[in-house]
Amino acid sequence: MSGNTKIDVSYVAELARLELAPEEKVKLQEDMEEILGYIELLEKLDVKDIVPTAHAAPLRNIWREDKAGTPPGKDIMLENAPGLIDDELIKVPQVLPGEGMS
Amino acid sequence: MITPDALKKLDLASASELLEKREISSVGLCEAYLARTNEVDGNVKAFLNIDRENILSQAAESDKRRLEGKELSPYDGIPIAIKDCISVSGQPCTCASKILENFKSPYDSTVVKRLKEKGLVIFGRTNMDEFAMGSSCENSAYMKTANPWDLSRVPGGSSGGSAASVAASEVPVSLGSDTGGSIRQPAAFCGVTGLKPTYGRVSRYGLVAFASSLDQIGPIGHSVLDTAAILDIIGGHDPLDSTSLPEESGTFADAVRKSSGGNLKGVKIGIPKEYFNIDAIEPGVKAVMEESVNILQALGAETIEISLPHTEYAIAVYYIIATAEASANLARFDGIRYGVRPSDASDLNSLYFKMRGHGFGKEVKRRIILGTYVLSSGYYDAYYLRGQKVRTLIRNDFMNAFQKCDIIFAPATPSAAFKFGEKSDPLQMYLADIFTIAVNLAGTCAISLPAGIDKATSMPVGMQFIAPPLGEHKMLSVSKIFEENRGIKAFIPSL
Repeated sequence: MSGNTKIDVSYVAELARLELAPEEKVKLQEDMEEILGYIELLEKLDVKDIVPTAHAAPLRNIWREDKAGTPPGKDIMLENAPGLIDDELIKVPQVLPGEGMS
Repeated sequence: MITPDALKKLDLASASELLEKREISSVGLCEAYLARTNEVDGNVKAFLNIDRENILSQAAESDKRRLEGKELSPYDGIPIAIKDCISVSGQPCTCASKILENFKSPYDSTVVKRLKEKGLVIFGRTNMDEFAMGSSCENSAYMKTANPWDLSRVPGGSSGGSAASVAASEVPVSLGSDTGGSIRQPAAFCGVTGLKPTYGRVSRYGLVAFASSLDQIGPIGHSVLDTAAILDIIGGHDPLDSTSLPEESGTFADAVRKSSGGNLKGVKIGIPKEYFNIDAIEPGVKAVMEESVNILQALGAETIEISLPHTEYAIAVYYIIATAEASANLARFDGIRYGVRPSDASDLNSLYFKMRGHGFGKEVKRRIILGTYVLSSGYYDAYYLRGQKVRTLIRNDFMNAFQKCDIIFAPATPSAAFKFGEKSDPLQMYLADIFTIAVNLAGTCAISLPAGIDKATSMPVGMQFIAPPLGEHKMLSVSKIFEENRGIKAFIPSL
């Protein structure tokens, strides 16, 4: 972290797959600079040898019993899909560039 | 039939008594609440969705059970409102976002499943800040909920609808979720009681994730007993949530009942000196806090000064960790399996960009950008890793403090409810969460209780008790004793 770091909102929005209007970018750029400026406060602390906390609860993974259950049905899970083909495939726009397919 | 005046004084415990004595039916009770909602919700706007027929049919089933002597619990037939980020099978779950405008939940969240198993009537979806990101409910994509004490003020957030619905007596109790104060802060602003359980105490299965290591579901009600009773129902291990703790639930309301009429002799209450040296704390809040400390001392509690030395870093850490987790969690909104799909997307990538760019609101985009940035290549160590390390220091502050005291006393918020539009700068809004945020970072439990009235605004002021992880029994008992002895007994707006 350093005061010289300048966030490039356009680039970060690409990473996050967010379409932003030009005026949105300007506003977000200002907001980010202010918020990141505030976060620089953390530089004051010496965090050498401190173990990071990812999770407050001291839990570890365990194996559950291998028991069959009944998940919600296919039809229910597909009810929210924006478009279906043959009632069971989710319709998506073309994935690979090139001529349109049907 | 219950009169409108009696309805205002009703809580979960007294509604349960009326039902048990057969003085009212569940249909009668739900009709009274629906009539109240009809009367006030045009102004309060706590509910995004109410399915009247569905409510009355649940109530009729409850009455049938009771008639046959087969009621599922003392709370069978009592309505509860659900925050719009908690799934109820077949009902909308928009998270107050346009991106989920048409979404219907395919299954029940674990908390809702457990409420239904005890016969509670699932009553409407409450408004919130979009994806639980905000402290005023102003970030809802649909409408602004108003504070029932003063309609020109915010109800707080993000569970603003859940707090306002209880304060306005549209329901006796509700569920909210708390990532950085989203139950406790609106409860304080609306003069109701809000409980954030220990991280892992309540299953998150079926809660739309904001920041997975901080989110926790909890109840909002008129009393400590009511929140304890709901925690009894919704708490306990759930195999569907890998972060769910093994501890059983079910004895919280009993602990509260047993503590009734008691005192606080032998209880050590810590007062963090850093919390009272913050500039932002308003005189009206300070006055109520001083009054509250006097009450605790008069009840026999020993109050000691403690230190939480990393308090000033909590908000900075929170806005790294919560936004990093949010940017990952919200990546699932890709417009493929659900969501409002733009019609002009020519290929997959443009679908993602357009759908997310148009579907998410301002604050959500702001946090996704910040979270993506702090996780991005070259900045991870400087922001995210450093944030996690300071989180350790904050957690250690609490654990060290609990070596010296049983419970920590703190304000819930630096000010009473503010006016709409008053905090337009995002950072200024974030700073309003200074007293609640550290509790989520530490993963411990806390409760916000109405403690008095701010003289300058005539608005309720809330205080917090914070206890060690899994310390809810003691925290709720101390809260009950405080509640019985606070200056104002009942907080009911004139609305």
